[in-house]
Amino acid sequence: MPKRTDIETILVLGSGPIVIGQAGEFDYSGTQACKALREEGYRVVLVNSNPATIMTDPGTADRTYVEPLDVPSATAIIEMERPDALLPTLGGQTGLNLAMALSEAGVLDRFGVELIGADADAIRRAEDRQVFRDCMTEAGIPVPESETVESVAAGVAAAERIGLPVILRPAFTLGGEGGGVARDRAELEERVAAALDASPISQVLIERSVIGWGEFELEVMRDANDNAVVVCSIENIDPMGVHTGDSVTVAPAMTLTDDELQRMRDGALAVIRTVGVSTGGANVQFALERGSGDMVVIEMNPRVSRSSALASKATGFPIAKIAARLAVGYTLDELPNDITQVTPASFEPTLDYVAIKAPRFAFEKVPGASTELTTHMKSVGEVLALGRTFREAFGKAMSARELDGRPATPQTKADALALLRVPSWDRYDVMLRAIELGARPGELAAASGVDPWFCAEIAAWAQAIRELPPALADLDGDGLRQARRDGMTDRDIAAATGASEAEVGAHRRGEGVEPTFHAVDTCAAEFEARTPYFYAAFDTAGEVTTDDREAIVVLGSGPNRIGQGIEFDYCCVHAVEAARDLGYAAIMVNCNPETVSTDHGVSDRLYMEPVTLDTVLDVCAQERPLGVVTQLGGQTPLRLANQLEAAGVRVLGTPAESIDVAEDRGRFGALLDELGLSAPPWAVAESPDDTLAAAGEVGYPVLVRPSYVLGGRAMQICDDEQQLRAYLETENPAGTLLVDRFLEGALEVDVDALSDGTDTWIAATMEHVEAAGVHSGDSACVLPPQGAGPGLIDELERQSREIASALEAVGLLNVQFAVRDGHVYVIEANPRASRTVPFVAKATGVPLVRHALRLMLGAQIPDLALPAERRLGHVAVKEAVLPFARFPGADPVLGPEMKATGEVMGIAGSFAEAFAKAQRGAGQGLPREGAVFISARDADKPEMVAVAARLAASGLSLVATDGTARAIGAAGLEVTSVRKISEGSPHVGELIGRGEIQLVLNTPRGRGTQTDGAAIRAAAVRAGIPCITTLEAAVAAADAIRADARPPAPPIALQDIAARADLAVSAAPAHR
Amino acid sequence: MSEGALLVLEDGLVLPGRSVGAPGTALGEMVFTTGMTGYQEAVTDPSYLGQILCFAAPMIGNYGTGPAHVESDRVWPEAVVMRVAGDRAGSAGPVGWRSWLAEQGVIAIADVDTRTLVRRLRDNGAMRGAVSTELGADELIEAARTHPPLDGRDITADAAGPPRTLGADGPRVVAFDCGMKRSIGERLAASGCRLEIVPPSTTADEVLARDPDGVFVSNGPGDPGAVDGVVTALRQLLGDVPVFGICMGHQLLGRALGLQTEKLPFGHRGANHPVQREEDGGVEITVQNHGYAVAAEQAPDGVVVTRRSLFDGSVEGLAAPELDAWSVQYHPEARPGPHDAGYLFSRFVSALG
Repeated sequence: MPKRTDIETILVLGSGPIVIGQAGEFDYSGTQACKALREEGYRVVLVNSNPATIMTDPGTADRTYVEPLDVPSATAIIEMERPDALLPTLGGQTGLNLAMALSEAGVLDRFGVELIGADADAIRRAEDRQVFRDCMTEAGIPVPESETVESVAAGVAAAERIGLPVILRPAFTLGGEGGGVARDRAELEERVAAALDASPISQVLIERSVIGWGEFELEVMRDANDNAVVVCSIENIDPMGVHTGDSVTVAPAMTLTDDELQRMRDGALAVIRTVGVSTGGANVQFALERGSGDMVVIEMNPRVSRSSALASKATGFPIAKIAARLAVGYTLDELPNDITQVTPASFEPTLDYVAIKAPRFAFEKVPGASTELTTHMKSVGEVLALGRTFREAFGKAMSARELDGRPATPQTKADALALLRVPSWDRYDVMLRAIELGARPGELAAASGVDPWFCAEIAAWAQAIRELPPALADLDGDGLRQARRDGMTDRDIAAATGASEAEVGAHRRGEGVEPTFHAVDTCAAEFEARTPYFYAAFDTAGEVTTDDREAIVVLGSGPNRIGQGIEFDYCCVHAVEAARDLGYAAIMVNCNPETVSTDHGVSDRLYMEPVTLDTVLDVCAQERPLGVVTQLGGQTPLRLANQLEAAGVRVLGTPAESIDVAEDRGRFGALLDELGLSAPPWAVAESPDDTLAAAGEVGYPVLVRPSYVLGGRAMQICDDEQQLRAYLETENPAGTLLVDRFLEGALEVDVDALSDGTDTWIAATMEHVEAAGVHSGDSACVLPPQGAGPGLIDELERQSREIASALEAVGLLNVQFAVRDGHVYVIEANPRASRTVPFVAKATGVPLVRHALRLMLGAQIPDLALPAERRLGHVAVKEAVLPFARFPGADPVLGPEMKATGEVMGIAGSFAEAFAKAQRGAGQGLPREGAVFISARDADKPEMVAVAARLAASGLSLVATDGTARAIGAAGLEVTSVRKISEGSPHVGELIGRGEIQLVLNTPRGRGTQTDGAAIRAAAVRAGIPCITTLEAAVAAADAIRADARPPAPPIALQDIAARADLAVSAAPAHR
Repeated sequence: MSEGALLVLEDGLVLPGRSVGAPGTALGEMVFTTGMTGYQEAVTDPSYLGQILCFAAPMIGNYGTGPAHVESDRVWPEAVVMRVAGDRAGSAGPVGWRSWLAEQGVIAIADVDTRTLVRRLRDNGAMRGAVSTELGADELIEAARTHPPLDGRDITADAAGPPRTLGADGPRVVAFDCGMKRSIGERLAASGCRLEIVPPSTTADEVLARDPDGVFVSNGPGDPGAVDGVVTALRQLLGDVPVFGICMGHQLLGRALGLQTEKLPFGHRGANHPVQREEDGGVEITVQNHGYAVAAEQAPDGVVVTRRSLFDGSVEGLAAPELDAWSVQYHPEARPGPHDAGYLFSRFVSALG
């Protein structure tokens, strides 16, 4: 059937901020779908609160609203834009839930908006576990025995009928949030209660445990003509019990016989037809008991998902793009296969390579959190590695993870096997260790529950590394080729032979051992691939064809992690697009499947490879590029700049030397001295003793951190020597440590700028809402600044310009300042794209990265069409989104080490309104009524009393602990005093637990672990109410609550902001 | 662990590998399948007689082997070519794949750059090749070039099994065995017919003497253009008895209806082939294994093309409704591959009443 002509405007809902369980994969899927719908001639209206995405780029949709994904804001946008249809299947669980809420609230009916792709009934059938189960039973598809409960008592009774252990699955949550396994009665009661809390409808499915069974997923697509195809089979190497997002997975399935796979395929097609996904994609999960061959359906997601994004990248079949076209009426046979162009999309991709996804965890960021892997997802990112063989892909995947945390190093085989019994983030590293200690594959399988086939492959891979000669010189060309074919990376060979990665690479290339690049083509080479998407192997003949355009290589940022997320992918994608527009062949290197940059349609040639020295040099040898862009992908590519230059590759933009000056505290300090700029007193230390001495000189409080970090890894503020000693003990940091005086209470300001090496254009000066001490990635920030006066802003911009020219920065630059008592201190300068670049670009309407790329290619600032006037007609607030709900046990307090997984933006006419929107977008909507609990440290009390007065004036009642209550009462305000948790029942924790508190304002006393404060904050996280831990944010919240009570102003579309910026350009050609 | 081996094509491509099966030299038409599972089913498919089978999927042998996974009682390709050949026990059974191949006396080589091989066949078309654990490249290329091609050869008799019956009740179906896969017989019988399997040399009179309610023609190896005996028999049977054909059976029915067969550039072999039904536009994902196709630019009166490949538009189904005869080029019995077309067996059997 041809596309529908009875609809013109389609509303697309995004997935909101990056959180664990819902990440960049939806940027990839959503962007693809928006592009596809616009190519079909539809007008696309997008709502997504996440500014870091390509999806919310003004060029992706016709009308883009970076607004909270809730019913009020979606209703306002529907009323303004009057879409004919709503496509709910692209925004993950958030998008699906919002679509359901809009449907149930009657909004869709009222405005005549049709749900396309999946209707409300189908969504309900898939999402409500009891309905799903009934549906499957009716269709004769086996499901694990289960019961739905709505209370703890019913849960206990059900579990006793089914038999322990049981799996708990809360309805309508994402990433298995709130779910888990209960093995005994005590666990059962506790976890049923937690699961009921996590479910927005307080409903939990108690299910027979199939822990230890093989776990498989099929990605299915169906069109309106009832044609259905299985795009990909995915096997979880970690058996049932570990969330698929936390599992190492492989495509295609490795251990299934044809009979087993076809039984699953039959089941998956029956599921999609029974649930009634009329068009689009779905993910169906199965468990298979090895031996008996028993198979059950676990769940299905009637929408694009993390797995569908992975399957798209693993096969080259773009599920979201096809799903969008199916939703508007096309059938699969009418759509071309994206890669071959000559065959249709109605087929099933076949792979002549192995694709492995490995999760990236960040437990090092949340001390105190349990590192056991369960049915509740905990990973923050993932990598995809392609190889001709399982071992090649596995070796790449392990190397691509870029670990920060240190895997356990058991000393005996027995210890290693004991560790393997409990799934943990480092279980594959422990497996390798176990093999070193003499464990056999069978023992690994018995301990871990991982299928013996995988254990044998991993053991063979590890064994080959162990059998390498001790010296690199003893490896000749044949030996090197065999080592690479056995799945080793240059880094593995380096570690085994005591050489450096660069030495191995040089030796290997000297021996003529270079990879062959092969196409990901959906068809195992049966048809010619038109879309070049490549991976490296060591076979006989490569397949890359080039044209006469000069190539530019853009290095991506590798797996998402806390501190390095999709904001850098946004930058890379813009650079690729800009390079193509300028007539270059844009080459992308990245290994992160959850991104737009690894969409094979974005670049001229995509290399799905780890962003490591060996692969980048191999790609450069293949491409012979004009240069490599290292400044847009965060720390991962930046770290390679020096070595790339040393290997003779041109690094575009800021020279590697300047990167070094900026990163080296000593050299940077000297530069600031030369420029007459101040920094807080600082020192560099090489040993623990050194550090203590340095801190004494610098003066407490100190901010201490290892050099070369992103996201404030292992960064801490220490008030005194005792705290510093504790830090040195727990972190045990290796290498150079930086010690800075910490400027208590200072105002923090970030400047993002473009520079050509001499001339600098200030893109934005952003003020942090929280005072210094909270990592900039965790701090809310506002544009334009609200507190800093014009004089101060001019001074900050002047200093930024001085630094940019002194560093000869070419491209993007970010400078961080602290201002206290009217004095400006330079905290750091980063000659690279900062996390705030997409936020700034969207808030100001200026495509910063496009300009930056032109600068890197030799343009001068005056050559660029930059707006002269940077006054905004609105206020934009960026707010961080934190993962604490995922990590019970971790103290949800902010500090210098970044913890946010994502961000949202609020745009409005005033700061207060924008802040309120940002809070709503972050899922921490501020209350308009109810009670506020306040507990402030002494220093904050005077101002907190003023906050309390404003909150009371907005109609909220006040609850406080003794000391704070006295201070509030003394100001003549009505306040209820309540006991601290440590003072015993009845206490504030119980109040929060009962839902009697709607907002917590708690500023911690000092920075040590405050049992009481921590318990209160943890209670707030559990209750899902906003918890504000800084005075500045409390002040902003009070203003926002007042502003929120007024009728909202109409939302602002990003296209209008961009048009205003363009107007400013044409009105006055740029001159700084 | 094992000795070196070579693979060559008649156009001069030489790829190194290592022997993982029996030693020796094998000659034949080089073909590839893109199916990712069912390696044991594939190599026991009699249609591969006279061919060297290359698996495009790299990881072959992961889940072991077992008697439930064979389509006949021997291995048919002249040799098997792989990127990786495993040898561990798995859910198919305790005997490893390489061990089983060696047991079967099959020449098999692994560590071959199979993707380069597939690309060459795709670009240059079907050709002869050789695999050897003993000869040098030049000798092998020469041997490949002088090996008699499959075209023009009827080798169905070599692939057919002994006469046998399957199923007890229901309509009586006589099946021409041109090299029939076990699953075809099982699926027909399971659909409720009594199947009498006869060799391809069986005449129309001999068929009619069995008083059949229907006639079935199976898959098989070699050039359908040379399998004249079955075509002659079918011409006599058409109109008297309903006829159903699969793969070569489809091609032979086409010839009996007055169409010609032609060689495809490099064949269709895999488990992901989309086939569109003319009647309702629906698409089936099918299993295919054929190097020839029915040419049907101008179908004679009374013959309709019922299905076409969405990969290359080639004919995938024929029907002569007035003669109650129809056929499909693909394999509804699957094994290995998707079950989308499985309904065709009961459609045939139930129509026999």
